[in-house]
Amino acid sequence: MLKREGQVRIPSGCAISAVTDTLGKRFSGTDIIDSIALMHDRSNGLGGGFAAYGIYPEFKDLYAFHIFYDDNDARVKTEEFLFKHYDVEYFEQIPTRKISSIGKAPLIWRYFGAVPISKMKKNDYDDDEYTAKCVIRINNEITGSYVFSSGKNMGAFKAVGYPEDVGEYYMLDEYKAHTWTAHGRFPTNTPGWWGGAHPFTLLDWSIVHNGEISSYDANRRFVEQFGYHCNLQTDTEVITYLFDLLVRRQGLKLDMAASVLAAPEWTVIDSMSEKDKELYTALRTVYSSCLINGPFSILVGSKHGLLALNDRLKLRSLITAKKDSKIYFASEESAIRVICPEPEEIKAVEGGVPIFIPFAEVNG
Amino acid sequence: MNYIVPEFEIERNPNKCISCGACVRQCSYEVHYFDDDGKTVLADDSKCVACHRCAAVCPTRAIKIKKYDMAYKEHFNWTPTTQKEINLQAATGGVLLSGMSNNKPYPIYWDKILLNASQVTNPSIDPLREPMEIRTFLGKKPEKLEFDEDGGLKTKIPPQIQLETPIMFSAMSFGSISFNAQKSLAMAAKELGTLFNTGEGGLHPKLEEFKDNAVVQVASGRFGVHKQYLESGRFIEIKIGQGAKPGIGGHLPGEKVTVEVSNARMIPVGSDAISPAPHHDIYSIEDLRQLIWSLKEATCYKKPVAVKIAAVHNCSAIVSGVARAGADIIVMDGFRGGTGAAPTRIRDNVGIPIELALAAVDQRLRDESIRSCVSLVAAGSFRNSADIVKAIALGADAVYVASAPLIAMGCHMCQQCHSGKCNWGIATQRPDLVKRLNPEIMYKRVVNLINAWNHEIKEMLGGMGLNSIDSLRGNRLMLRGIGLSEKELEILGISHAGE
Repeated sequence: MLKREGQVRIPSGCAISAVTDTLGKRFSGTDIIDSIALMHDRSNGLGGGFAAYGIYPEFKDLYAFHIFYDDNDARVKTEEFLFKHYDVEYFEQIPTRKISSIGKAPLIWRYFGAVPISKMKKNDYDDDEYTAKCVIRINNEITGSYVFSSGKNMGAFKAVGYPEDVGEYYMLDEYKAHTWTAHGRFPTNTPGWWGGAHPFTLLDWSIVHNGEISSYDANRRFVEQFGYHCNLQTDTEVITYLFDLLVRRQGLKLDMAASVLAAPEWTVIDSMSEKDKELYTALRTVYSSCLINGPFSILVGSKHGLLALNDRLKLRSLITAKKDSKIYFASEESAIRVICPEPEEIKAVEGGVPIFIPFAEVNG
Repeated sequence: MNYIVPEFEIERNPNKCISCGACVRQCSYEVHYFDDDGKTVLADDSKCVACHRCAAVCPTRAIKIKKYDMAYKEHFNWTPTTQKEINLQAATGGVLLSGMSNNKPYPIYWDKILLNASQVTNPSIDPLREPMEIRTFLGKKPEKLEFDEDGGLKTKIPPQIQLETPIMFSAMSFGSISFNAQKSLAMAAKELGTLFNTGEGGLHPKLEEFKDNAVVQVASGRFGVHKQYLESGRFIEIKIGQGAKPGIGGHLPGEKVTVEVSNARMIPVGSDAISPAPHHDIYSIEDLRQLIWSLKEATCYKKPVAVKIAAVHNCSAIVSGVARAGADIIVMDGFRGGTGAAPTRIRDNVGIPIELALAAVDQRLRDESIRSCVSLVAAGSFRNSADIVKAIALGADAVYVASAPLIAMGCHMCQQCHSGKCNWGIATQRPDLVKRLNPEIMYKRVVNLINAWNHEIKEMLGGMGLNSIDSLRGNRLMLRGIGLSEKELEILGISHAGE
């Protein structure tokens, strides 16, 4: 029997795409679906997904949990846990459309909740840490239950299928977000588990990734020292944890974290000013095991903004374009031009040089 | 009557021999001699150690060294070697001594581990076309970095050692090896951007110019240790144990303690230099902690302090303790590590393979979330660059090599280092033998060797789709076992080939 994601490490090729509005204007998921649909051949129908920022303005201060349940039993157990650990203000089944190409679906629910003040009095960590711990507990301890989105005013939507079908299934044309990312997957194995589709998320982090990193086990064994469990054994999962560790837990700025993951080469560092040399040498030596190696192109969403990063040798394609207040990213130029035929500017993202688009105050 | 059958036999081709006497003059073991006629060259086979010096210097290639062909009544248990050793002890009442390293056929795990390479789903990287980084840093790393408002670095980084290759030369004292041999290593280390290790022999004044490439060792005899010595090295290594002889000290016979050796070690000429088995101020982990911090204090916290232990059964717990005691670097020496002299029984029976020790220790330190606080250096027989790549993937930051550079300088593994008669000028203090080793020539051979290994490491890294050694460290997914049991795979933390 084929092993499920997490029981085995499955390499995969992919397509990624993103659109963000620098003024924070919200727009529907139609564009992002059209963009990722164009790269149909870069996926093989075994995983597609989206992350959307700014979609839940009415619950913007609450954690939004999107959860897959294998069965009703798992739901009952999880809800018992959730209602005990959160003041849940609203919950419902996530609305979907019937799509013939999307196979058997798990139960898909969402919950909006706040951390009760009574809980926080007992703990010496903050709401995010509390929530991260709760998510890890549900995913590890409740059989048949998987939290696939847990940030505020954002959400991930994913399934086994082609990404354009997944977008239609989740009715993303009816949502409005200021930032959308998308992923189409080409795994070289066929586990067919919805949790294994991308994006991978933790709190407000969401990552879509195209590539296959060769540093995986060095990265995994490093982050696992800090209490993370790489249960899915995917690149995206370990990269998310690296960002979470460096930025949320250790307080590095996002661009600093990017230059840990795609570190400048030693020859470059050697020719820097003394001050920069000291800084980058420290980053590379202290976080040497966070260096990501091998081909990758990632789009990282978070409450800070949208970050695009390519491996330092530029072994994967990633294109960016700009038009009016919108900035686009995609694995292929055509996937941008299909939704933005005449960009003001279009260029390849340089290897190892992060592009960061901070989120504006959300408008409209 | 001598019961001992010679191990080797000299075969001299009379048609080729021109009776030049080169072999007679060159053999420190006095195997070759002129017959009474002053012309015919004869040989006393029983003294031959198969170091090949005579064969190498013979201008007409008249000499061959062969196994001495003596039939024994076959017995699986009582082999000729076993009988020979008993006879040696019966004749002398002494402890059997050997040089170099464990030569029993225990498993060599390096040969049962296979490396990965990229195919299709991610590209391999060509080191001739892309940067390929093998720069390595040793020293304690803080758990995290902190920055001030302007993004400037606030965290003070403990002293780090920058190496341009993950390969260093392990401890061999002046005394156990010759000045010329040590100088060759020092020169090579300087050119390669790496370090050599003084061992427990002090730093010869003439090697002061190489102090930026030296590791200074503090061992149980404390020979040659003084403030200036400590300040000379890039880091200080407290030697608790050695892979070739865990649990025992060292012994440099008085004959090897020449004026120069005596000066470097600060002991009288001709006196035996005996390092005790334990440090007599370290009977526990708390004591080790005191020595580590005393050495840091003595050097104003500018030098990392390393602790070297032999790989023994309980090494995971020991290393965890040593890390918590404040060591910045921990060196583990496997049971195939070399030595200038060790009791044969200890060399061949005590300790465990570095592969298993390294894997267990790296995992233990990770389980305790303290792996990043300390650098791990593996020692105890790296024969080639593939061994080194495997060690780093198991979790080592760097490795120590010694036997390989000695071979590059002429060593033929005759395992007689303890005799002080090394015909190649390596493990000897006899001036006539020492001068046979020319550092200007030999250091280049050592540089060549390590450069060749560096190239090979880069090729293997590129093949795995890595362009920095940082991404290889602890990356056990790059390894697969072949022909190993479940238990062995579990300890190594790797899957079997085909999985």
